[in-house]
Amino acid sequence: MLRYTVHRVLLMFPTLIGVAVLVFFMLRVIPGDVVEVKLRGDGGNVSQETIEMERHRLGLDKPILYQFKDWMVGLVTLDLGKSMWTDRPVTEEISIRLELSLQVAIMASIVAVLIAIPLGTTAALMRGTWVDYAVRIITIGGLSIPSFWFGMLIMISLLYFFNWLPPITFTPIYVDPVANLTQLIWPALAVGYRYCAVVARMIRSSLLEVLNEDYIRTARAKGVYEKLVISRHALRNALLPAITVIGIEFAFLIGGLVVTEQVFNLNGIGMLFVQSVSRNDFTLIQAMVMMVAAFYVVINLVVDLLYAVFDPRIRYG
Amino acid sequence: MHLRRRIAVALFATIAFAPMPRGASAQETPVRGGTLIFGINSGDPPTYDCHQSVLFPIIHLLTPHYSNLLKIDTPNYPKIIGDLAESWMVADDAKTYTFKLHGGVKFHDGSAFSSEDIKATYDRIRNPPQGVVSVRRGLLADIDTIETPDPLTVVFKLKQANRALIYAFANPFNCVYSAAKLKENPLYPVRNVMGTGPFRFVEHVGGSHWTGERFKDYFKSGLPYLDGFRALFTPGPAMINALQGGQIMAEFRSVTTADRDRLVAALGDKITVQESPWLDLTLVTFNAKKSPFNDPRVRRALSLAIDRWKAAEVLPRSSIMRYVGAYLRPGSEFAAREEDLVKMPGFSKDIEASRAEARRLLAEAGVPNLKVRLINRMISNLFTPAGIYVIDQWRQIGVEVEHVQANETLYNNSMNEGTFDVAIDFQGDSVDEPTYQFARHLSVDLSSNRGGYTDRALDDLFEQQKNVADPQERYRLVHAFETRMLTEAYTVPLLWWQRIVLMRSNIRGWGMTPSHLIGQDLETVWIKP
Repeated sequence: MLRYTVHRVLLMFPTLIGVAVLVFFMLRVIPGDVVEVKLRGDGGNVSQETIEMERHRLGLDKPILYQFKDWMVGLVTLDLGKSMWTDRPVTEEISIRLELSLQVAIMASIVAVLIAIPLGTTAALMRGTWVDYAVRIITIGGLSIPSFWFGMLIMISLLYFFNWLPPITFTPIYVDPVANLTQLIWPALAVGYRYCAVVARMIRSSLLEVLNEDYIRTARAKGVYEKLVISRHALRNALLPAITVIGIEFAFLIGGLVVTEQVFNLNGIGMLFVQSVSRNDFTLIQAMVMMVAAFYVVINLVVDLLYAVFDPRIRYG
Repeated sequence: MHLRRRIAVALFATIAFAPMPRGASAQETPVRGGTLIFGINSGDPPTYDCHQSVLFPIIHLLTPHYSNLLKIDTPNYPKIIGDLAESWMVADDAKTYTFKLHGGVKFHDGSAFSSEDIKATYDRIRNPPQGVVSVRRGLLADIDTIETPDPLTVVFKLKQANRALIYAFANPFNCVYSAAKLKENPLYPVRNVMGTGPFRFVEHVGGSHWTGERFKDYFKSGLPYLDGFRALFTPGPAMINALQGGQIMAEFRSVTTADRDRLVAALGDKITVQESPWLDLTLVTFNAKKSPFNDPRVRRALSLAIDRWKAAEVLPRSSIMRYVGAYLRPGSEFAAREEDLVKMPGFSKDIEASRAEARRLLAEAGVPNLKVRLINRMISNLFTPAGIYVIDQWRQIGVEVEHVQANETLYNNSMNEGTFDVAIDFQGDSVDEPTYQFARHLSVDLSSNRGGYTDRALDDLFEQQKNVADPQERYRLVHAFETRMLTEAYTVPLLWWQRIVLMRSNIRGWGMTPSHLIGQDLETVWIKP
């Protein structure tokens, strides 16, 4: 197990280096930079000399390979630089927003998993009945409706029926749990619905597959209680593909809630992504891509390790 | 009642009974206290330094913390009144400006304000030290020396006469900083907020909010009325929901007509609508360095083909573009009067005759089947309709157009690198003053104009109009400048915008003006309980 873990951890580094190289050069392919938006954004009549001065200050006039060297040295020394837009350290820009994005991701995952496992299991066990059809309708709805649109429906409904909207400034849960949950429960529900639908469909199909396996028939033939057959033998195996989906969805939620965050005016990573891309804030985009890539890689690692926990064949293979 | 009718009735009610600007609401006694919560339809500002930026969030966030030498008297726009200056005098030759300053003014750190702070501030803008970006350096280029004969007097001596300079002293971006702080670190204002304004800076949480509290030692007795303010960054669709849901009380830049109608229908008399012609203009800019747009006949033909009077009927339905005018805001002192405007190229009401002339000019220039690549921004309530309208107009004279909508960086890059053919562009300003509105249209070596053209006749007309005291004579010169611009058609107007500001009905003391860059110090704003 230890060897397997070390091997997987070592594999993370080439992936992250590849991402770093790609993001750096792909950003430079696009013409334009942050300075023009910063100094001429509102129709300002700013001289070219001033533009060039700001480019020089930000190091954008240096040869591209020199800039790349700075970026790689910064990565290795964990100095990701300053935002070209605000001049604040990118770690500060990200950390302000990460707490909110992480909390929404965790809450959406909890909502999704808590609903998806019973829903998917029930649908599989009651295959072909009205319950299965009802679950199918709910889950297909979740897959078809974009989260941001569902979010807009929630907002409009709250306005229409209660003339009320959740708060739009973030209060950490340890400061005021009620204010925090009042703000974040709605986006968590909007995102969690789609997330839940994906996981429930996955559990249903893999559980149906597992229930036809020989070892389930053997367990039943041995006279094991049906509840034990389902929970210990069937569900445990059926959860393996679902774990992968849960992991990938969780990583996606960290930086992927671009439109949903706009709808709920959440000051999260997704919103920061959009703003930094629209301003060509290279250092911030690079840092955020690296962070999201790191999340994906780490979560994949965790998923792989969980596979090993659930399936001894992987552990000893 | 049909929805449209309900909206119309509600709109009439709210506009008709909207609280009047400060002067008119003086009958009501202002109430002290409360926190004004308003929205900023934008993300974080790139800097806290007013001198470095042209972006509106800077003004809406920083103006309450700083004072200026002068400012625009919003109820009597564009009249200028003193801010830190108690009185001032402009010499007859417009080469010396003398200001007497208020005594007893304190910065937020308790230090005393003096004429040295004015000198340090204006020296920083016109001769920025190493590492300091100053985007309005050119505005103060005529200043030769700044003298401070005593702590409450400052004298600006100019190299040449400049009557428009008075507006530079009232420019909201020219915030006054502490000389002592600038001496310690010229970059101090980039990350610190410390002025003499009505509100002290409290905090800025990136992407979330910005707060200020009343400065108890503010030099204007009894002001401000508010205990503080809180600006929430609400970019995109969240702004209107937040206004409807009551999470914010106001938005001071502008909303769209559709958003206005939605909120008026939903909130009725709980919301106030204030509208004004806006000091912002949509332009069509030609790349005068690129063939065939280096031929004035081609540019003029494309300008003549646009029916601006029809645009003023059609475009307000889907955007905030509304008023027909040349390069000065319609209704402003020197703007072309309608009887003069209709004689200027591109503003004739006989569009068929204009289009016949346009076809003739294109044929004469050897491009009867012209193909144009029009670059535009991706802003759906303004730039997109402008692009679509222009395309429709040009198709009517047989011009084929490819509409390229690009994000901000790609658009700006294309404009600055000069790779575009034709672009939908815009201009905005803080006050109606021909010298400022025309400055961006001078030859490329004087203005960095987007079309890349050089026209010394225009530059001469600009210089001539600058210092003329007689309004009739100045109108004539201004009119000549505009006619030359339209004849050469380097960059031509489409429509001027309409500013729509929504706020909760209990907010008082805020005055509507044609610019979203002025009148944001909040010192006279109060909340009616």
